[in-house]
Amino acid sequence: MTIIILLILISLSMAIVFLLIFYWSMKSGQYDDTYTPSVRMLFEDKKPSKKATPSGEKKVKK
Amino acid sequence: MESTVKTELQCYHCGEPCEETLWLDNKAFCCYGCKTVYEILQENELCEYYDLEKNPGTNLRYVSDETYAYLDEKDIRKKVLTFDSSSFARVQFYVPAIHCVSCIWLLENLQKLNPGVLRSEVNFSRKNVTIDFKPQEVALSSIAKLIASLGYAPKINLDHEVQSRQTTVIDKSLVLKLSIAGFCFGNIMLFSFPEYLGLDQSDGHLMEVFSWLNILLSIPVFLYSDQDYLLSAWKSFRQRQINIDVPIAVGLIALFFRSVWDIISGFGPGYLDSFTGLVFFLLIGRWFQNKTYESLAFDRDFKSYFPLAVLRKEGKEWIPVVVYDINPGDQIRIRNMEIVPADSILLDEEALVDYSFVTGESRPVRIVKGELVYAGGKLIGQPVTLAVEKKTSQSHLTSLWNKEVFQKPEESRYKRMIDRAARRFTWVILGLSLITAVYWYWVDPSQVWLIITSVLIVACPCALALTAPFTYGNMLRVFGRHSLYLKNADVIERMASVDSIVFDKTGTVTHGKDPEVTFTGELSEKETMWVGELTGYSTHPLSKLIHRHIAAISNTPVNGFKEIPGKGIEAVLEGHNVKIGSAEFTGFHERVDGKASHVFVAIDDELKGFYSIRTRVRNDIEDLLNRLGEKCVAMLSGDNKADKVQMSTLFHPTAQLLFDQSPHDKLNYISDLQHQGKKVMMLGDGLNDSGALKQADVGIAVTDDTGVFTPACDGILHGEEIGHVDTFLRLARSATKIVKAGFVLSFLYNAIALSFAVSGHLTPLVAAILMPLSSISVVVFTTVAVNVAATNLVNESNNRNL
Repeated sequence: MTIIILLILISLSMAIVFLLIFYWSMKSGQYDDTYTPSVRMLFEDKKPSKKATPSGEKKVKK
Repeated sequence: MESTVKTELQCYHCGEPCEETLWLDNKAFCCYGCKTVYEILQENELCEYYDLEKNPGTNLRYVSDETYAYLDEKDIRKKVLTFDSSSFARVQFYVPAIHCVSCIWLLENLQKLNPGVLRSEVNFSRKNVTIDFKPQEVALSSIAKLIASLGYAPKINLDHEVQSRQTTVIDKSLVLKLSIAGFCFGNIMLFSFPEYLGLDQSDGHLMEVFSWLNILLSIPVFLYSDQDYLLSAWKSFRQRQINIDVPIAVGLIALFFRSVWDIISGFGPGYLDSFTGLVFFLLIGRWFQNKTYESLAFDRDFKSYFPLAVLRKEGKEWIPVVVYDINPGDQIRIRNMEIVPADSILLDEEALVDYSFVTGESRPVRIVKGELVYAGGKLIGQPVTLAVEKKTSQSHLTSLWNKEVFQKPEESRYKRMIDRAARRFTWVILGLSLITAVYWYWVDPSQVWLIITSVLIVACPCALALTAPFTYGNMLRVFGRHSLYLKNADVIERMASVDSIVFDKTGTVTHGKDPEVTFTGELSEKETMWVGELTGYSTHPLSKLIHRHIAAISNTPVNGFKEIPGKGIEAVLEGHNVKIGSAEFTGFHERVDGKASHVFVAIDDELKGFYSIRTRVRNDIEDLLNRLGEKCVAMLSGDNKADKVQMSTLFHPTAQLLFDQSPHDKLNYISDLQHQGKKVMMLGDGLNDSGALKQADVGIAVTDDTGVFTPACDGILHGEEIGHVDTFLRLARSATKIVKAGFVLSFLYNAIALSFAVSGHLTPLVAAILMPLSSISVVVFTTVAVNVAATNLVNESNNRNL
């Protein structure tokens, strides 16, 4: 029976770790803005080129 | 990319139709501002801006050339920066112009435009941008200027910053409380499962371990998560009042301590699952009701309308100083389109001042040397020098804010429905537990305490407390979908009791901009073009309106252009003398109706006719006023009587139409109505309405652009939706009906649970089923009812409008 108690303690401490992770993610502002990051990840990091074409080949066509 | 040929050219930058097209790289631009932005971006290889969205820019035609130099003043800098050191600084600007993906992209690439910028990050939902920069390389003012030059002028308001930070902190702590309650609730339910299923009665040891774990898990819920309820109950208890939190707190405390006592004494497993579950549901309700519109501000006072800084003469130089530091006797300089920050005397020969901000009167006033200019007036034309008469906080307009309406805290004015219900409820419970106690004292004295705590536990009116937050929270969302943004849920309750409605004229009944221009008389096509061209030279607002009205432009050379202020303009085109202006200037002597503003046209001293400029009434307003009937008691306008005839056809005959109302008059009118026992709703838009909006039981600011200024109010309504005002009122009333129905439902549950408790049959199992069930069914009922009511009413009003 002691094994059950051990398992419960392990699962409970894991759950607490998740709670702490949630706390950290909230504190660090991950839920402050739920829109901008979704757009930001689609921006391309252009390397500065000598002659940039405004509507170059990187344009994504829908 | 070739620019496409269309009947109407669109500006490559901002997408507005081009009147005088400027060309660059085969792309059309509507003004120099837009073209300049394109040039800056092209130079810095940032043209990807135009690939992300089509015509993403903001129009720069009407942008003022604010310098932001005041941002480098020590005091202001300290308030604006969120972090400051010699090598690193961080600032957060509120930028209402942020509206699309391109905006985000450009504002996050500022470091390519100025190497002093280290990093910039946009928060789209709050419309702000956080910029890290090196203060030794770039001044704060030049960063502000840089983003303003791109069409993203930051709005700087020192007080607003602090406020918004505070609300985020409150919001975060609520989410944390909720998450802890949810976590503990879930785990306690798991440990209570053996109990629910009645298994393992033999293995008492394991049960004991589970019970102790439950106590451990419920301690954070008791000490932290339900804090708000306990503290609020304690506070109102000390003030000898009973609000809804008192019976809740009593119930929660009884639940917790009874359970702990049960477990410690080995009597049973307690009710900790019910306890944490209830806290969890209560917090969800609170979180649901706390919907905030972060990019809107509801508590603006005059400070957000006035400039932060102004140029003051110090010795021989003009130095920017904070508006609140100017004193009577100082000389200040105001430029075109800037707002006069304090009552002052004009030192220059003359000036045109637009008081539409203060009075609603749309025509600019001419002021000559030595006359008083009131704070809040906007200067049109040449820069002028003024001598300050009164400090900003004491000036004519801002004295409104010293009135007591603005000092009183809001809550004390309204007794909430739910608190009234809670008071009655509490007395009933007290009486009931007394009777039960007496009964059980005779039957079985050893049971008395157990029974009393059971009664208190089930009496905890959680379902009652959930009814209002969920109904009003849902209603807030419904309103939000139809562009009515309310400050908080309490406003709905007040809206439901409204029986009188008062309108402002300019900007509410009528469109703030774009008045109707009509011509009476005869003008040939060519002559019309002359007028169009000539009015383009003038800076007078009426000329500008006519110029915009006559879209066609000839390129006739204009000779001998003369502008006589206060009278009109005059020039020679193709040998003809063209005069445009006032009646006396053009030699017109007949009477014209006083409904509109008139501009007369004479060619070669022969009168051709006149333009009437009349404010245009919003589309749906006539139907709305018909439906409201006698409910609409008055229209208060700061304007002159010009529109009286037009207005009297719109409004119900019983409605009072008052003109030339000062902001103070409006406020007094509303409070008079309230003294007659009326519940008043005020709809207005300008700064001149802010006193009335605040005084009214419900003050709604009407605006065509939620990004711009709205005065302090209870709600912000988009101008297009003004026709739905009566629907909104009916929805608010049905919301209170739903709340009442929810009360009945939760009383029913309480009656059932009480019958268990009074008879001594409240086992943990019964509690574990009954309590969450009552909470959930109330939540489901209110949510469904609100949505059904909303769909019905909105459909009905849409059908009517078709």
